[in-house]
Amino acid sequence: MVKLSLVYDRIGWEEKRFELKAREMGIDLQSIDAKTYLVDVQIEPKVIHEKFGEVVLQRCISHFRGLHLTAFLESKDIKVINSYKVAEICGNKFLTTLQLIKANIPTPKTILSFTADSALNAVEYLGYPAVLKPVTGSWGRLVAQLKDRDSAMSIIEARELLNGPLNQIYYIQEYIQRPPRDIRCIIVGEELITAIYRYAPIGDWRTNIARGGKAELCQITKELEDLALRAAKAVGGGVLAVDMMESNRGILVHEVNSRVEFRGAASVSNVDIAEAILNYAIKEQKR
Amino acid sequence: MKAKCLECEGEITIPDDVVEGEIVSCPDCGADFEVVEVSSGKVELKAAEMVGEDWGE
Repeated sequence: MVKLSLVYDRIGWEEKRFELKAREMGIDLQSIDAKTYLVDVQIEPKVIHEKFGEVVLQRCISHFRGLHLTAFLESKDIKVINSYKVAEICGNKFLTTLQLIKANIPTPKTILSFTADSALNAVEYLGYPAVLKPVTGSWGRLVAQLKDRDSAMSIIEARELLNGPLNQIYYIQEYIQRPPRDIRCIIVGEELITAIYRYAPIGDWRTNIARGGKAELCQITKELEDLALRAAKAVGGGVLAVDMMESNRGILVHEVNSRVEFRGAASVSNVDIAEAILNYAIKEQKR
Repeated sequence: MKAKCLECEGEITIPDDVVEGEIVSCPDCGADFEVVEVSSGKVELKAAEMVGEDWGE
């Protein structure tokens, strides 16, 4: 029987789906709670391999928790999906942007600054409206539209008062005039397995499914596929969700997610996403 | 399956396919709980973690 592990800190819809699908596929999938696991760095790799198997699906909802655990598992020569390097890049919007730019992938204009004063200058440089995002975090949390100088000053001032050093890193992007939707492409290895539109819920401009956004199937064109695969490759590849916007200068990639949430996509796609990811994990094990 | 809310003692319905680590919410007070153990038709709950700044995809 094929053995895989899944590390988690909260069992959500996707993790349940993996467990169910693994049973159907005859995979011995062991779910390990990161919250109670003691990372003994001295432990013999053999012991770790017996517990985790050769391949681990990293599903911790806490980015930094997942990152540390991945570093540990990789140090014991366990294959983690996704790798530390990929998770580190995708868990930080600025690092993602750098990789996208390096790979010549169209992405919104972005300025990073380190103080509230320079953040306001960055907004003025990009023009209004602009968007302020935290470099880490998801689900559109703390993503703010800066519509004019007054609102920019207030929002930046509020950010300045938030604790945590990452809150004093100001990642500012041009606001993209787009339809009230974005495109999410789910990549598994070398393949774009499904794509959806995510429509912003009524009363919000953010399209995150976690915020009540609605999914609709998106036809995969050659252009979309090429761009999504290039973006996935730019961050190091694996199981990824590439998020894109339709703009008047073509499709722009604005984010690549490493711990893919696919409940919205699964509600409209004919592809069994959990099955595709498990098959990929098995393939990686045999490598 | 039913469980009693640790906060308000309201009745929480536990889905049949519940697994350890899953989050359930109290319909009365809205508190979230993590299912820490499932055994012989009973579940043990504890207060769920608060959403962290680094949570997400």
